[in-house]
Amino acid sequence: MNRIHQKLQADNKILSIYFTAGYPSLNDTVKIIQDLEKNGVDMIEIGLPFSDPLADGPTIQASSTQALKNGMTTSLLFQQLKDIRESVSIPLILMGYFNPVLQYGVEDFCRKCQEIGIDGLILPDLPLDVYQENYEAIFNKYGLVNVFLITPQTSDDRIDQIDAASDGFIYMVSSASVTGSQDGFGNNQETYFQRIADMKLKNPQVVGFGISNSETFQQATKQAKGAIIGSAFIKFLTQNGVDKIGDFVKGIRK
Amino acid sequence: MSENYFKTYPDKNGFFKEYGGAFIPPVLEAEMKKITDAYYSISKSHNFISELRSIRKHYQGRPTPVYYCNRLSEKYGGRIYLKREDLNHTGAHKLNHCMGEALLAKHLGKKKLIAETGAGQHGVALATAAAYFGLECEIHMGEVDIAKEHPNVVRMKILGAKVVPVSHGLKTLKEAVDSAFEAYLKDPITTIYCIGSVVGPHPFPMMVRDFQRVVGIEAKEQFFEMTGELPDKVVACVGGGSNAMGIFSSFLDEPECTLYGVEPGGRSMEYGEHAATMTLGTPGVIHGFKCYMLKDEKGEPGAVHSVASGLDYPGVGPEHSMLKDLKKVNYEVVSDQETIDAFYELSRLEGIIPALESAHAVAYAIKLAQQNPQSSILVNLSGRGDKDIDYVVDTFGLPDVEK
Ligand SMILES: Cc1ncc(COP(=O)(O)O)c(C=O)c1O
Repeated sequence: MNRIHQKLQADNKILSIYFTAGYPSLNDTVKIIQDLEKNGVDMIEIGLPFSDPLADGPTIQASSTQALKNGMTTSLLFQQLKDIRESVSIPLILMGYFNPVLQYGVEDFCRKCQEIGIDGLILPDLPLDVYQENYEAIFNKYGLVNVFLITPQTSDDRIDQIDAASDGFIYMVSSASVTGSQDGFGNNQETYFQRIADMKLKNPQVVGFGISNSETFQQATKQAKGAIIGSAFIKFLTQNGVDKIGDFVKGIRK
Repeated sequence: MSENYFKTYPDKNGFFKEYGGAFIPPVLEAEMKKITDAYYSISKSHNFISELRSIRKHYQGRPTPVYYCNRLSEKYGGRIYLKREDLNHTGAHKLNHCMGEALLAKHLGKKKLIAETGAGQHGVALATAAAYFGLECEIHMGEVDIAKEHPNVVRMKILGAKVVPVSHGLKTLKEAVDSAFEAYLKDPITTIYCIGSVVGPHPFPMMVRDFQRVVGIEAKEQFFEMTGELPDKVVACVGGGSNAMGIFSSFLDEPECTLYGVEPGGRSMEYGEHAATMTLGTPGVIHGFKCYMLKDEKGEPGAVHSVASGLDYPGVGPEHSMLKDLKKVNYEVVSDQETIDAFYELSRLEGIIPALESAHAVAYAIKLAQQNPQSSILVNLSGRGDKDIDYVVDTFGLPDVEK
């Protein structure tokens, strides 16, 4: 059982934070992770910046562009995270596009993740079939949880398939549009949250995209196990730098 | 090639052997599946095919002729023939898949067509298709290309399309694709992305190829009627690879025909100076599909250059990637300078100003003719060069009329 399973079994209203590695400054990665844990965040998605994202909102895209300009690379991120398990014990997930993983070598990438103590991967553009055919065995060998995404457009059949293929949690994208925080969830989202809750999936769900404050966090975690905040946190870093991370977390948990 | 080939590739997940597929985030997955399903049901229906055939004949002016180049052949040897896609309405092969994509969009009830463009040919073709079907159209184009391909920018606007300038990165084709995808994702329900070549996630490489097959089907018949045999060599330029797939598709199965895909060698074979994806690339994932790809030192899509805006893309169609591995097609490189020379040669020997993209194919055909004076060479002249005249004359000058 890895840290993701333990966390999801133990707690409800899981607060998970996404940030782009190498942003705002190249060497902020470790400090951001440590401060998030210190302030009571339950789980972290570390974003690997990519030059040609297909579905990121403007905030995340801008942070990616800046991170790449700062000099962030896959190898450097691994280097920065080398000793992370000496100070951090919450689940850590790497999130990024598939190409950088392919370029690093999928098995080498997974081995490195295990060495460091990464618990899971989210690769939104890696298709389920390709994963099962070519990479599932490798992920398993290195104890990595692979997280799949669903959206309001995903059919029930597909969701069942994904549920069967998952062993950790399902990342529930809140809307059919790209990332970016919004002010609140409307009826469409409530219907979608309910529909998924009614499916009684074996894997817990964590909602992402569009969560920006304590209201949306509460709304999202009424039915789902947890929620992921990305764009809103990155905007906060842009405005406040990395020294007041506690304020951001308190604002969500209040 | 036999129908079997077209039914085998791509497979149901869009793979041509290891290439292609749909490496896309789930927000796109459901929409791509809808397009795929619609493609299989609607575009194979009798009504769809009849409508498209009628459009090709009465609106596009097809079939386009195959033409024997008297003076060019005389000068360089060989027997050089051109499949005249420059005479297709709007002046390039691009309209073949645009009319198909737009007809499908209309059947799907879409309101707006979105696409990228490099040279502006695909943008003009799509804007034309949008006007024909009464749909809105939004074209994303790098600022570098906007400056270089001014006449096409004006044409798109006259046709009623909105042209969105793209200012990030190298401001050329790759960035235009990024930007167009982004716009599409904001509203994948009422808009449709009409990609400009045999690239992108499944089903686009298959769909665009199938709509371009008309080029090969016509050319094979026409060539045979003119000569009583098949061409020894078939040559086409490869950017994403749509015009090449179009013409190659009818000759893949013919052992006596050798196929050549011509890539842009740019200024040199140094990194960033060319876009010779097949020659120097290695497998990677770009814009939702796996293919040969030119990369930077981090393994991300690399910097590319070509004198032809429609060819400077760091990826290439997945089917071409497979055909390279299967050794069904030879992929060759032609430099910017050789292209410019061919541009003037064809203009002055035959009275045909080729697009700079197509001039790559002409340049390679000239080399082949010199090396094989006995052979017949069929070139896909994918487009006309009106769009390029200012750029060529300003950048490379106007050589004296041949003495
Ligand atoms: C005339 C012409 N030929 C060729 C191309 C390259 O595209 P493809 O390789 O898909 O045929 C373009 C692209 O803009 C073009 O305008």
